[in-house]
This record gives sequence, C-alpha cells and structure tokens, in this order.
Amino acid sequence: MKQSAWSMIALVASREIRTRIYSKVFVLTSGLFIVAIVGGGAFFHFFAPDGQNEQTVGVTSEVTPLALTIEAVGDGLGTDITVSEVDREQGEKQVSDGDLDALVDGPLPNVEVVVEDELDGTLRTVITTVVQQEALGEQISDLGGDPAAVAQQVAGAEPQVTSLDGGEERDPAQIIAGFVSGILIFIALMGGGQRVAQGVVEEKASRVVELLLATMRPWQLMAGKVLGNIVVGVLEVGIIAAAAVGTAWGFELLDTSSLAVGTVALWVLVWFLVGFVMYALVLASLAALVSRQEDVGSVISPVIGIMMVPYIIGVSIAPWDPESTLVETLSYIPFCSPFIMPIRIALGTATMPEVLLSIGLSVVLIPLLIWLAGRIYSGAILRTGARVSLRQALKADT
Amino acid sequence: MPRLDVDALSKSYGTVQALTGTTFSVAAGEVFGFVGSNGSGKTTTMRIILGVLTADDGEVRWDGQPVDAAVRRRIGYMPEERGLYPKMKVGDQLTYLARLYGLSGADAKEAMARWTERLGVAERVDDEVQKLSLGNQQRVQLAAALTHSPDLLVLDEPFSGLDPVAVEVMSHVLAEESERGAPVLFSSHQLDLVERLCDRVGIIKNGRMVAVGTLDELRRTDKPRWIIDGPPGDDWLGEVRRARIVSREGTRTVVEVEADGDEQPVLQAALRLGPVREFSLSRPSLTDLYRHVVSSEDPGEGEGTR
Repeated sequence: MKQSAWSMIALVASREIRTRIYSKVFVLTSGLFIVAIVGGGAFFHFFAPDGQNEQTVGVTSEVTPLALTIEAVGDGLGTDITVSEVDREQGEKQVSDGDLDALVDGPLPNVEVVVEDELDGTLRTVITTVVQQEALGEQISDLGGDPAAVAQQVAGAEPQVTSLDGGEERDPAQIIAGFVSGILIFIALMGGGQRVAQGVVEEKASRVVELLLATMRPWQLMAGKVLGNIVVGVLEVGIIAAAAVGTAWGFELLDTSSLAVGTVALWVLVWFLVGFVMYALVLASLAALVSRQEDVGSVISPVIGIMMVPYIIGVSIAPWDPESTLVETLSYIPFCSPFIMPIRIALGTATMPEVLLSIGLSVVLIPLLIWLAGRIYSGAILRTGARVSLRQALKADT
Repeated sequence: MPRLDVDALSKSYGTVQALTGTTFSVAAGEVFGFVGSNGSGKTTTMRIILGVLTADDGEVRWDGQPVDAAVRRRIGYMPEERGLYPKMKVGDQLTYLARLYGLSGADAKEAMARWTERLGVAERVDDEVQKLSLGNQQRVQLAAALTHSPDLLVLDEPFSGLDPVAVEVMSHVLAEESERGAPVLFSSHQLDLVERLCDRVGIIKNGRMVAVGTLDELRRTDKPRWIIDGPPGDDWLGEVRRARIVSREGTRTVVEVEADGDEQPVLQAALRLGPVREFSLSRPSLTDLYRHVVSSEDPGEGEGTR
C-alpha cells in the first residue's frame, strides 16, 4: 500500500487545482479580465481617432491628376489614403453620408475641399503639401526648369539624426508588450502567492493538516500546494494572455512585425515559474506561522511589500527607459528579476547571456529556499494558537 | 492482526515535560480506553503514534517492528480538534482523504458512499462540511478515519459533543471494528462510556501511565469491600475481627475486610441481627478509580500541553 511521494504530491496538487478552478472567485476574476481586455480592445478599435490611419478622399475630374500624389504623400506621413474619382454632386452626398472624409474639387491651383464638419489635421497637411507642390511645379515649368528633377532633389534632402542617448529605436509594440508582461507577471505572482498562503492557513486553522500529515511528509504537502497553484497561475495568465493576444489580433491593434510574441510569452512563462516557486515557498512557510485567516495578512505583508517595489519600477521605468542602471541592476537580483527581466526581454534590451545569468542567480537560491521553507513549515504547521516565531519554528525538531 | 506497543515514550515541549516513560499496549481486537485530565498527555501520545509528532525517546511498535510510514498509513485517525476542509463537499473530502491513504479513485468513492450511509450522513454528501451540524461533522470525521479499512484505530475524543443517538452509532462502529480484529485506541472524558466499551483502560496523569489493565484488574483492591443492606446502627459489627465499617447510608453499610473469606463472619453477624436484603462485593466504578488515582500523589497538574 506504499505510495510514492510523487503520487501524494500529485493528489494534493490536483485537489488544489480543482478547488481553485471551480471556485467562484476564479471564474469571476477570469471572466472580468476577459471582458475588460476584449472591451478595451473593442473601444480602441471603434472609438480611437481612426481617421489618422485611414482616410477616404474623393476627387473630381478637374483634379484627377492629384490622386496619385495625395496617396503617396499620405503614405509618407503614415496615413492610408484611399482616393476615388467622383463628380461634385455625388461627392458632396458621400461626404455628408460619412463615406468620404473630404472631397477635393478644382480648379488648380486653388482647389476647394468639401468636408462635413472640419478638415482632419493630417488630411489638411497632405492636401496642402500636394497643392503647394503642384503650384511649385507649375512655377518651375514656367521658369523653364524640370519639376521632376527638382522634386527628386528635394526628396533626397533628409536630416541625419544623431541620438545622444545612443538608444536604439523601440517600437510601440515592444513597449506595450513589456508593459503587459510586467503586469501579467505581477498579477499572477501576487494572486498565486496569496492563494498559497491562504490555503496553508486554511489547513492549519481547520486542523485538517493533522490528518494530511498522518499520510505524508510536510514537504510533500507543501510541494503539492505550490505545484497545484503554479498550474492555476499558468492557467490564469494563459487566459489573460490569450484574451489579450486574441483581442490585439482580432482588432488589428498591434503591429507585431518587430515583436516575437511567442518568444516573449515563453519568457513570461519561464519567469513566472521561477518567481512563483520562490515567492510561494516563502509565503507558504510564513503562513504556517499563524493559525487564523485574519492573521495571514500580517505575516505576508512584508513580502507583498517587497513584491511591489520591483513591480512598480518595472512598469513605470523599464518600458520607457530599459537601459537605466536601476532597471538593469534589479533585473539580476533574485525576487526582483521575475518582475523586471521579462520587460527587458520584451523590449529587446536583454541579451541571452544576461537572461541566463539572471535566471541562474535565482535558480541557485531555490534549493536553499526549499530547505528553509520546509524547516519553517514543518516546525510551525502543527503549533496552533499564538503566532509562532521564526526562531521557534526553526528550532522545532518535528 | 498484530498488536500496538507504546514503549517508554518521552516528550518535552521546551521546559514542559509532556510525556515520561509512557508505556502501554493494545492487542488485536481490543478496545483500549485512554483516560486522563486535560493536558495529561493523551493527545501527545496519539500524535506520536501517528508520526505527526516525534518522541524525544522511546518508540511505538506495530507487530514488534517500529512504526514506519507504511504502517502509519494503515491507521485510522481522528484528531482531537476535528480536521476537515470547511468549504469542501463531504463526498469530495472523504474521497480525497481516502485516496491519500492509497485507495484508487473508484474504491475511494465506493468507501465514501458505504461509510456515509453507515454513519447516517449519506444525504449530506453534496453539502459543504461547514454547513453540517457539529455532530454530523463528527460523523464525517469518523468516516474519514474508516474509509481505508484501517488496521488500527486511533481516535482522540471521538464522543465529545455527540448526541445520544450518535454515541450509539459511534459505539457500534467501534465494536464492529474491534470485532474485525483491529486494535482500537480512543480517549475520552466520558468514563461511563469507557467503562461500557473498553476491554482495557489506561489512566494517564502528568504524562505518566498511573494505571493500565482490564477494568477488573483495576478494580481489584487489596482489601475487598462489601455492601450489606439490613442491619441497623453504626456498631452492629461488634466483635467481628479483620473487618471495619467504612461508610453507612440509610440501611446500607460498606464494610472493608482484610482478605477474601473474611466477609463470611460479617454476613453471619448481620443475619443474627435481622434480615439481610443485599450482600454484594462493592465494585468501584471507573469514575471512582479515576478520582482516586488522579487525586492521589502530587497535586501539580501539567500545564496545557498536548
């Protein structure tokens, strides 16, 4: 009838997973996250000033030659402009219906622009540029020059940019990914860590732990709890990440050309695992010191406080200035690195050796943490009543 | 089935000595009652048997071998302060615990169904434990100790807080389990129950066993006492030798004699004075024995040690 340690751990872990996943809190928070993310995405998609990205312009026969130039200049300014040929009457109707953003009518060079309300800023720049170029070209022809040659000269004159910071170009997509990675890791570690702590106290407070420890060793129980909650955490992050990626993709919110979403997601997962194991061990052992749910907060709050620091630095500084010394230093320090390194990775500012060094520094600590947390947990979990001090827990021989 | 030997256990919590050379054994098929005042070391002893605590000295043997993890998993245990997940459903909970004891998923479900039926909580299987009355929670707790058909039962205060019906159910189950051959060890403050259910009794005081044996062994006193209902007055014994009156209440007199056989002259003296309606050996109840044992010797009770 002897059961292996692993099967005990698996039983404990599967109970953790089932109770958490079927709990109202889990279903509710996951649902809320999904609604918030999809809703936010939809909001951006439908209400963001989309005029800057896509404009429709109608041109009458008098100004048809401008059509190509308008599209080209628009491209140069990062705005998609679709130009179609219409007659005046038809065009005015489409403008008032909202099918056209603007109608351009002749004669050159003093064109007339018909809009429903007012002319979009970008569109004004585009049309002005085009009209001015047209006028300039005419003058050049009048003076006996070649407008095309001049245009080429003008296009070739471009300022050279020297960045004093030496920083490389960062894509908004990378910044968003870094930001989101930081928040996701924080949510998962904070939520999961607290669940572990509360679970430990629940068992201690209800004394069910005595029954459990009659069948297994304390470390097996602790390992099962940590593992089970890791799965729950991965699931939680997975749901949020899937909702986020799905929303971004579905509403075409993110230009992912400069971003390897898969790689970033994988690193977020790795850092979640590293961070979770470390924080869960610490929180589980601290929670074992108290016997009532209402005392959990007091023992784990120092750790929660410690989690806040790298998180806040991570999301407030790192995405905008990932090369700051503070950010780089913290990304190597165990317990801080899980919050910061994923952001650096998402921003593409961490090299592989740096990432591996940072992971190594944390992983080396884990065996020590397991030993220490195991001692504290086993020494304190059966002592009900007043709060057990760390010293008492470490000195206990059972 | 083998026997459980608890051999010279010692345990201290800091400066408080909880157990000192605690020794007793429970044979196969025997119900052993473990009595003692609060903080006398009952729970500590049971926790050491379960391996939840480690003894400073001494050992617990099963079938002559020191108890190891494999043996402990064959123990059915009911902790003193009940232990179940308050927010877990009764059925899920019992199935989970049974699986921890090594039952397969299907066996665990079957055992859960069987025991909740037997203990009268079958209709509460889908309720959270915290919604049950304390008495029903205790039935569930007993079921948790029994689902894996243990070879040995260790029950800490199984009767506390039970209504008379539940006490009957619990008593029957314990009797059945011991008939099955399992040694049953339980602690209780309800001495009448212990007297009724137990084959042997151990009385612990300040971490030391002060009396262990069958009830008859414990009752056997050096000087037998006899109850005589009939003769009037305080001095009817007169010239009868090797006997003295201990107490008197109405027409009943308690007489202590020096040895077996010395009671015959007492009876003859009584008959000479008139009719005798009762003449019987006085058998002290467990409560009397307990009071006697616990109140004697050093008065200092152990502090709240468990």
